[in-house]
Formats: sequence, C-alpha cells, structure tokens
Amino acid sequence: MTMLPQTPAKKLGLVIDLDICVGCHACAVNCKEWNTGGYGNALSDQDPYGAEPSGTWLNRIHSFEAIPMDDAGKAVPSDARIVHFPKSCLHCDDAPCVTVCPTGASYKRAEDGIVLVNEDHCIGCGLCAWACAYGAREMDEAAGVMKKCTLCVDRIYNDNLPEEDRVPACVRSCPANARHFGDLADPQSEVSVMVAERGGVDLMPEQGNRPVNKYLPPRPKTASCQSGAQDEAPNLVKLAQENTSSAQGGFLGWLDTALSRL
Amino acid sequence: MHPAKSVIFFTTISGAGFGLIALLSLALSFGMAQFDIGLFTAAIFAIVLSSAGLISSTFHLGNPQRAWRAFSQYQSSWLSREGVLSVLTLGCFVLWLGSAYLAGQAPVWIGVLVAFLCALTIFATAMIYAQLKPVPRWHSHLTPACYLGFAMSSGMILYALVTPEDMASGQIAMASLSLAWGVKLLWWQRADKTGRDADGSTLATATGLTGYAELKLFEAPHLTKNYLMKEMVFEIGRKHATKLRYISLGLGFVLPFILLVLAGFFSAPVILCALPAFGFHMAGLFVERWLFFAEAEHVVALYYGK
Repeated sequence: MTMLPQTPAKKLGLVIDLDICVGCHACAVNCKEWNTGGYGNALSDQDPYGAEPSGTWLNRIHSFEAIPMDDAGKAVPSDARIVHFPKSCLHCDDAPCVTVCPTGASYKRAEDGIVLVNEDHCIGCGLCAWACAYGAREMDEAAGVMKKCTLCVDRIYNDNLPEEDRVPACVRSCPANARHFGDLADPQSEVSVMVAERGGVDLMPEQGNRPVNKYLPPRPKTASCQSGAQDEAPNLVKLAQENTSSAQGGFLGWLDTALSRL
Repeated sequence: MHPAKSVIFFTTISGAGFGLIALLSLALSFGMAQFDIGLFTAAIFAIVLSSAGLISSTFHLGNPQRAWRAFSQYQSSWLSREGVLSVLTLGCFVLWLGSAYLAGQAPVWIGVLVAFLCALTIFATAMIYAQLKPVPRWHSHLTPACYLGFAMSSGMILYALVTPEDMASGQIAMASLSLAWGVKLLWWQRADKTGRDADGSTLATATGLTGYAELKLFEAPHLTKNYLMKEMVFEIGRKHATKLRYISLGLGFVLPFILLVLAGFFSAPVILCALPAFGFHMAGLFVERWLFFAEAEHVVALYYGK
C-alpha cells in the first residue's frame, strides 16, 4: 500500500556522526555482505572482475573537502578538512518514493517507520529512485527490482542473534562508533538526545521529505589544530631535529646514542 | 535523466493516439463528422497508437510480467492512475465505437466523457514527471500543458488527414501546432532558468555541511558508474541541446506547418501533405522528448560533485 501511515508509533533510524567517521567504508562492505544474503534478492554485481565493474549497494561513502571561513567570512584554506559522508536511505516521514510506486511494492511500515520494498510486487519501473532526492535506491540489474536499505529489518528483530548484534550491520561494523541506531520518535532515546545535543540536521530539508535519519555536523576544530595557533609547530620541528641530529645510522649511530645516554 | 527509448516512444505515440481518440469522439458526438469507413479506420488506428505506446512503456521494466500490479495504487501514484485511466479510456471508446457502429449513433455524453478521459490520461502521463521535485525542470504546471498540447497537435494532424474535405480541420491543426509549440517555448524558457538549485538544494544542504566557505567532492564512493549515475547523472544531452532544440522545432513545427499550409491554402492533396506532416511532427516530438529526459538534472548529482 503506497499511502503513507499517519504517524508511525516508532521512527527507527540512524544518526551518523560526520565528526568521527573515518571513511573506511566498513559499513558499506558489511551492509553489502549482510544484505546480499538476507532480505530479498541478492545484491548483484555486473562485470565484477572486468574493466567496468558496477553493482548494487545500499550504502555509499562520499568524501568531501570542506574549507571553513573565518569570522569575516573569508575562506581559510589552511584549515581545510575532509568530511566522510556515508549515505543510505533516510526512511523519510514524507517518503515520495512510497507514494509514487504504482504497485504498492514500496511501503512505509506503520509500526516502526521503516521504508521497505516488497520485491515480489516490484515491477522495476525505477520511478521511486527518480523520486528520491538522496539517491538511496538502486535498481538491481540482475533481479530487475529496486533495492534499498531495510534498516536491517532481519537483524534488529532477530531473536536468534545475540542482543549486541540486533542493530543494522553498518552500525555494528563501524570501528569509529560514528553510526547509531534507535527510535527518533522517542525524545528520551539515546539517538534523540545525541541529535539534540549536537544539533543534528536533516539532509535537503527544502525537498520536504522530513527524513528520519539525522547527521551530526563536524565539531569545530580545537584551537591547537587551527592554523592560527602556530606557536606549537616550531617546537615540534625543534624536537624532531634534536631527535634526529645525532642519528648517524648504523653501528656508530647506535654507539653515539648509547654513549649520549650514559 | 536517462532517456529510455521505450518511454520516449510511449509518451509521444500514446499522446497522439489519445489525442485522436478525443477529437474523433467530439467530432462524431456533435455531428461535425460522419461515421464512415475512413473514420472507422482512423478510430482503429488511434487505438493501435495508444495501445502500442502503453505496451512499449512496459519494455523498460525490470519485471514486465508483473505490470498488471500497476493498476492498484491509483490513490497515491500518478503512474498507477495513468495505467487505470488509459485502460478505462480505451474501454469506453471501444464500447462507444461499437454502439456507434451497430446503432449508427452513440450517446453524446459518452463521447464527451471519452474526450475528457483522454485529456485526464495525458495529464496523468505528464504528472509522472511533473510531480518529481528532485527534477526541478519537470516540476512545473507547464509540463502537463506541453503534453496536452502535443497530444492535441498530433491528434489534430491525423484528424485533418482523415477529413480531407473539411477545410476547418486543417486550420485547427495549424492553430494547435502553433499553440503546442508556443507552450513548449515557454517550458524551455522556464527550464533554462530552473537549475538544480531551484528549490535551494546545494551540496551544502545535501550533506548538512553548511557554513563552509567551500565544499567540494574529494573522493567519489566508487570509481565506475553505478545505477544512480547512469540513470540520473546523464550528461550527454546537454552538449548539443541548442542544436537539437532547433532540429525538433524544424521537424515538429516548421515542416508540418508548411505542409498544412500547402494543403489548406494551395489545394495540394491533403493525403500527400498531412501524412508526411504527421511523420515529421512525430520525429520532432521524439527529439523534443529525448531532450526532455536528457537535459533534466536531478539533485542527486550534487553528491557526485556535478
């Protein structure tokens, strides 16, 4: 049924911390691994060992270069930072991918707000992917059906798994703890508190989709990391010189160091 | 956006078919044309055109055997509404045609209803694209206006072809051609001013990384093209867009218009003019529709630094 539920009782979703994501792509790889054997058809690859490999992924990591500006609004290129940006379905409250679906294959669950595709009903017209501003849906070229993040619906309610594994695969695999899973409808939940404290944001709010997933913006750089605080730098250089000046290398170098320490 | 041949064929051909169905129904209902073998052939041709378009639209599906399921979600989906309306329209037209054939006369109100359903079907087809907010060029009332205009112009050229003795139909065809391309010029004018950022979407809003002096893609998630890039970051069309617009105008408007003028004012044989006029018009529309898709920009391209 492609009518959206009024207000889902729960809004399960992800909170992604752009401050600490290290861009390792482990979440994307574990997502592919879990979901190719889990819910629905396998996530196929085309020409996997050839010159132009492509395939279906439900999670992709883009990396951006962000140059901050100073108080006067001028760019400070020396403070440029890399922000790794994982992107998957945001399980929007007003999900246009659901309402455009002609078959009812695309739906949003009333009980927890998860947006899913019933792959037995999907005709593979691709209109939902066009309706999504975020590029969260990818057609599987082998199965001819639309694939998307299921929020690992086959993990989070799975009593056969140990409790710590009942979270989406991407959250479980993140080595930096940059991904968090929870109920964003509950203001007391860990994820909601995190969003409130860190000023979590919606992606493309102007598109009017009201995404459930939130992104925590990178924290401002600490004073000692900024290019203004350069008094630390010469000390480091001096220290390095001191430590290396005596290093002649080889046996004599070792002898020099060892005798100096006496 | 990726211009799938089946969808280009579907939107143009079924538009012409439903345009002709609407005109035949109205003309016969109000006694502006007589029901003879020529008109009957035209009616069959109109059914063939619109059905061919609808069938071709299933060719780009991943699982066309399940296409029947697309009739179920008319409450929310324009694509589903389009399917339901087209079958309903064709059904009503066939019934109406049958009763006209058997009884010699068919109820006027059914003819008017069929014409109205034709307009609704074409409107629904256009809304499949016009509803998409992430493609700002399409997201406009001018999009259904264009689709309706071109359905009318292609239907009208065909109608002029089957009513050679009727001077007015050729003139109405000329008028509808001018009207349709006039709306298209307005559409192009708006499209040129409507970038991907028309609703305020930028890389900053797309990533939530606001307040930076500069933000650019440092490393894409994958080295080769994926579905999203093939489907929604299609860039070939923009290179020759201006030339292609002139080609579509020349084929779709100038040539058919000249041919209709020759038939209407210089008593050239209608069949020798209206038939190639229809061919040129459709060729022009194929180019126009190819551009409609190929030139359209989707906001998802922002994530790929485009």
